[in-house]
Amino acid sequence: MKVSSRERDGVTILDLKGKITIGVGDVALRDAVQETLNNGARQILINMSEVTTIDSSGIGEIVAAFTTVTNREGKLRLYGIPPKVSDILQITQLVTVLDIMDDEEEAVASFSR
Amino acid sequence: MSRNGFPEIQLSIGSRFENIELVQVVVDESLGRTELDEDSRYWIGIAVREALANAIKHGNQRDPGKRVAVGFRVEEDVVSISIADEGKGFDPTTVDSPLEPENLLRPDGRGIFYMKRFMDEILYDFGSAGGTTVTMKKRIEPSGDDPRAVKEVEG
Repeated sequence: MKVSSRERDGVTILDLKGKITIGVGDVALRDAVQETLNNGARQILINMSEVTTIDSSGIGEIVAAFTTVTNREGKLRLYGIPPKVSDILQITQLVTVLDIMDDEEEAVASFSR
Repeated sequence: MSRNGFPEIQLSIGSRFENIELVQVVVDESLGRTELDEDSRYWIGIAVREALANAIKHGNQRDPGKRVAVGFRVEEDVVSISIADEGKGFDPTTVDSPLEPENLLRPDGRGIFYMKRFMDEILYDFGSAGGTTVTMKKRIEPSGDDPRAVKEVEG
């Protein structure tokens, strides 16, 4: 998996591309979120639109990132959830606890409300 | 060779997460020869990933000297995939449900839930000399049936 970072209106956006799976993508995601926090960012948006596969470790890493950012008094939100990832979030009932937005425009704006 | 002409496949991999990708390629190719629809093949692939990850991580404790054996066969209208490790085994009835409110934000504990959710039957065999074999079965349904739509799984 590839992770790239950009800024928009004070929000750090992490664009994920590829598989978030055990031993590979999950570690890359963890490192990217940690680095973002270390750089002082507390408003973090994860763009999932190019995620092709996510296993339970990948989901676990999303949950861990959400908890870590929240504990550091930040906010972590997701957008661009592909259909199969959406199915996983529904099945695991994580849609009830994670902040999931429809698109980037809405998601970025939500941080300033 | 299975009775309906599908070749029975047996693989043996070292306990490294990278090897999950290799097995996935073989399983995807094999599933592509069945009448399973694309969605079903995708979800079976996820279940296989989870079983392999459990075998490597929890079963073999990531010991590269220990092997994971994978078997794939199609008989009649059922796909059967078995994954065997060399670990100490575990009690599947003690695994917590990831859907309990207190577990929702746990970063782990969803692998077996996925396997149960995406497959029709999960069987465990604990060898007398150690090692766990999990066998996952999936009926080949006519295209158009959503394998996730009607199935409810307890954690």
